[in-house]
Amino acid sequence: MGATIFVLFLAIQEPEKEIWNGLFWVIQLFICINAVAKSFMQESRARMLYFYTISSPSHFIVAKLLFNSLLMLLMTLISLVLFFAFIGNPVQKMLPFIGLSLLGGFSLSMVFTFLAAIAAKARQNAAIMAVLGFPLIVPQLMLLMKLSAAAFTSQQGFEWSDVLLLIALDFLVGLLSVILFPFLWRD
Amino acid sequence: MRKAWWKILCVLLLVYAVVGGLLIKIPNLPVLGETIRNVFYHVGMWSAMFVLFTCSMVHSIRYLSKNNLKNDIAANQYASVGIVFGLLGYATGAVWASYTWADPNNPAFDSFSAVAREPKLIGTAVALLIYFAYFILRSSIQDIDQKARISAVYNIFAFAMLFPTIMVVPRLLPSLHPGQEGNPALNFKDSSPAMRMIQYPAFIGWALLGVWIATLKIRFNYVKERNFIK
Repeated sequence: MGATIFVLFLAIQEPEKEIWNGLFWVIQLFICINAVAKSFMQESRARMLYFYTISSPSHFIVAKLLFNSLLMLLMTLISLVLFFAFIGNPVQKMLPFIGLSLLGGFSLSMVFTFLAAIAAKARQNAAIMAVLGFPLIVPQLMLLMKLSAAAFTSQQGFEWSDVLLLIALDFLVGLLSVILFPFLWRD
Repeated sequence: MRKAWWKILCVLLLVYAVVGGLLIKIPNLPVLGETIRNVFYHVGMWSAMFVLFTCSMVHSIRYLSKNNLKNDIAANQYASVGIVFGLLGYATGAVWASYTWADPNNPAFDSFSAVAREPKLIGTAVALLIYFAYFILRSSIQDIDQKARISAVYNIFAFAMLFPTIMVVPRLLPSLHPGQEGNPALNFKDSSPAMRMIQYPAFIGWALLGVWIATLKIRFNYVKERNFIK
């Protein structure tokens, strides 16, 4: 992640705010795919069997969701700091933007955790996860980019209904994961 | 024959929609003109696609609860016919747009990317990509039962998450596509009473046609896979 942002720093200096916004979310997406995909890939078959004996599937997926969202929140903070340090700071409304990027990181991690669980069963992890995840994440990314565009100007206000929509989607993803994961878990 | 009533209804509705749709008197609006007749066919494709994808998801849920491979075959075939109708919807939409949006005097539409930014086009592209991903997922798993179970889980997750967003997100973004404040063409004030007489039968007819094609493919696949299914 640091390396990518450094490459961006070498390639462009002080980009326009739209480009900054676009780059930021694309990098968030890639960080999330890389960070979250590992969570199911690195578990060996034997260890999955061990988890199978000690916990119920819904506890397991809730734990995974919590861990990955915490990881992704941390990653978001790091990438924000790196972006501000290397690529400049066109953001006008600091606190709302930080809150929004944390919310975005949380949404990304929720969706990709469940997709990683599906992809882990298909045995071809990273590639298939990107294929499965891309169409699902596009609407959320569109919303996030639209919302965060408001943070770059001082006139436009935030639309709280959009933020509520994102939070509602996160709830939906969590609920679906808990309902559907038991079917994946049985082998 | 008793079970075939809906197929007869489908044929009747479609004949009515094609003949009536070309003959009725329509409000001759500026820009739209006579092209508004396309509403009977263009929106009909989307109604068929939506119905087919919903059928696919329902069969996925039934597979997870009953573990019968028949439901898996059905979910798969409904999705593939739904994709065909989605592509047809794009084709009819492109014909329509070439008469209404492609205005040589309007600099906003001189490039492909300007038109492709349209939120409704992106939304549908995403819906089609989901089902392409569904087929990629299916082809990457060898074991039949596992393939059925995992793809059913993906199908439910994708449908339940995506379609609400598709209904909501395009409405929040600026767009040229008509129907910003509600379901396009289903709104009461969007069409004249005469058009509504054709419109609803046409939408139902197209949806029934899609289901009919899908059931034929499903029965064909039952025969093909008869060694595996109960």
